[in-house]
Amino acid sequence: MTDGNPAKAFQAQTHAGLAVPFLDIDKIIGDRETKIIICCGSGGVGKTTTSAALALRAAEAGRKVVVLTIDPARRLAQSLGVGELDNTPRPVPMIDTAAGGSLDAMMLDMKNTFDDVVIAHSTPEKAEAILQNQFYVALSSEFSGTQEYMAMEKLGQLHSEAEANGTWDLIVVDTPPARSALDFLDAPEHLSSLLDGRFLRLLLPPARGPLRLMSAGFSMMSAVITRILGTQIINDVKTFVRAFEALFGGFRQRATATFQLLSSRHSTFLVVATPQHDALREAAYFVDRLTEEDMPISGMVINRVHASALAISPERALSLAEDLSLAEDLADASTPLEVEALRRHANLMRLVETETRQMERFASARPGIAQTQVQSLPSDVTDLVTLRRVGVLLADKD
Amino acid sequence: MSPRHTLHIVSGKGGTGKTTIAGALACALATSGRRILLCEVEGRNGISELFDVPQFSGTEERRISRTPAGGVVHGLSIDAEDALIEYLDTFYHLSIAGKALDRFGAVDFATSIAPGLRDVLLTGKVYEAVRRKIKNRPNAYDAVVLDAPPTGRIAHFLNVHAAVAGLAKVGPIRNQADSIMRMLRSATTVVHLVTLLEDMPVTETEEAVAALRPTQIRIGTVIENMVSPTPLKHDQLQAAATGSIALKVPGLTIKQNQALASEFAIEAGRTLQEQQRHDRLRTLKLPLAHIAFDHGGIDEGAVLAIAEQLTGQMSLEAP
Repeated sequence: MTDGNPAKAFQAQTHAGLAVPFLDIDKIIGDRETKIIICCGSGGVGKTTTSAALALRAAEAGRKVVVLTIDPARRLAQSLGVGELDNTPRPVPMIDTAAGGSLDAMMLDMKNTFDDVVIAHSTPEKAEAILQNQFYVALSSEFSGTQEYMAMEKLGQLHSEAEANGTWDLIVVDTPPARSALDFLDAPEHLSSLLDGRFLRLLLPPARGPLRLMSAGFSMMSAVITRILGTQIINDVKTFVRAFEALFGGFRQRATATFQLLSSRHSTFLVVATPQHDALREAAYFVDRLTEEDMPISGMVINRVHASALAISPERALSLAEDLSLAEDLADASTPLEVEALRRHANLMRLVETETRQMERFASARPGIAQTQVQSLPSDVTDLVTLRRVGVLLADKD
Repeated sequence: MSPRHTLHIVSGKGGTGKTTIAGALACALATSGRRILLCEVEGRNGISELFDVPQFSGTEERRISRTPAGGVVHGLSIDAEDALIEYLDTFYHLSIAGKALDRFGAVDFATSIAPGLRDVLLTGKVYEAVRRKIKNRPNAYDAVVLDAPPTGRIAHFLNVHAAVAGLAKVGPIRNQADSIMRMLRSATTVVHLVTLLEDMPVTETEEAVAALRPTQIRIGTVIENMVSPTPLKHDQLQAAATGSIALKVPGLTIKQNQALASEFAIEAGRTLQEQQRHDRLRTLKLPLAHIAFDHGGIDEGAVLAIAEQLTGQMSLEAP
């Protein structure tokens, strides 16, 4: 949009007046075939709040919901009753169960999730060896894709549990703040290619057959890598991979299954943003990437949209404020509140204009993406009452 | 005259405007005749977007702005893989091997099995830029501004010593980590934390301060971004926030005056909350700066306006 491409600029103008389709949240949560809702978006746009509000609304509409949050703000977590990080879904108290629904919430603990997988899928001796391995310790707590990978793993687990015993009929997932668009889709592939990549194979027992021919170049390189990383870490990796090998096929299979589940008609993605240039730019990446991967997108949630009930332009508000200030200089009238109120209104209207322009640009560049807007709230969302209000704003057609 | 700090590291929670502040700080430092480098480390093209210039590729350092004060700002997007290849070239004279390594996925492999290595490579490139010499100048850049990872990860990112703890015990990477750490702990390096006056970002700022203290890296200024300043006093704001005060703007109808009053009640309430968070931040006993909210959105003019506010509030120059 800012690249000065005349064709694009023209497009922006012609689309600006077109109506943006409305994202009907109640229709999504009312559809029993929707079993997974994934909220994604860049950091700081209110993904966790959106997930929690959506989950609460669905539960009070009669769905049996579990919401998987990643690193929620402490007070929001407390309001949901998941103050402790123990990786287990807990019922959220005080919700309205008249419609027959329920709400459980949990917070992802990536290290514990990883440990559980290891323990569940190997013999006790092997599990012990893996859990003690220094490389495993680093991988399970520091590797940049682990959180995303474990979110997928946990989602898979919750889904199997839901299918098996009907505890839940809807899973709402709050994705980790991504460093780049859709890390959580790429993470399983990244980790897989790391762990069964050919480089790692070469560090393992000497290659046989045709691979051996290639390994002359490799051996020089692995010498370099060893010099940088040190022999200890390479040995840890080797031990780890040997112990992990049997387990690994299972990992990959489950990641593939979860990926398929996400692309099925039972899942849907919501892209969360705020009406600022940066956040909308990131949202555009998410929308494009999901479209490329043929993932089902319902639409966009735009949080913290400003609005005013008073239809007075910023220019008029400022000129009224100016008149009042001048009058104040002459007579000694006390109208500072009026002046300040008018100035604040002018600022608010300018902000509304800026946000509207940003959203129009987005809508014209990505036509057909349904949107729902959530008005900016006067205070932080830290209790069920406010969360319920966010749910209403999410569902309302403005 | 030289800048007081030669390395400014800017962190903040997502959505607080960290990249904008880093860009504005680079402009503020770029006074007459100065060359400033603005780096990013997570490949989000934040710098090229902010300054509306083409995206950076590889290791290029390109001019992105000439400030009204007569300085220049260059941009650089640091990539861990490029940094590793450069590193292999410098220390092992292995530039060709480096490229081959990249082809075999070994670079990704090395930075993946040792996550700390990635951070050392990124900070290592910053170290190189800070210390680089060129002909006829003491330093290639008078100062470097780093748009760093968010507050949640900043202490971990900068703690290169811990990052290499599990790596080779001897050799260039260990020595380099020591040199980087010395630079980060020196009096010419400073970390700034950008926050909004909202609960979550303030909490994260407090946590980042606590996490940075043991690293012995100096914390500079906590920058309160997007603040709405007010000339009103506390009791006036409190009265307005209750919504019980009738406003009488001549020329507006009674209804309009009522709508204005209820809108102002929310605004006043928000300002009161902002003031409470400001008081919380004051207990950190760190220098605070505040940047007014720009209701017109962020463009180059807005960045320069923020730069001016930063110059006025931070002591950027050597005494």
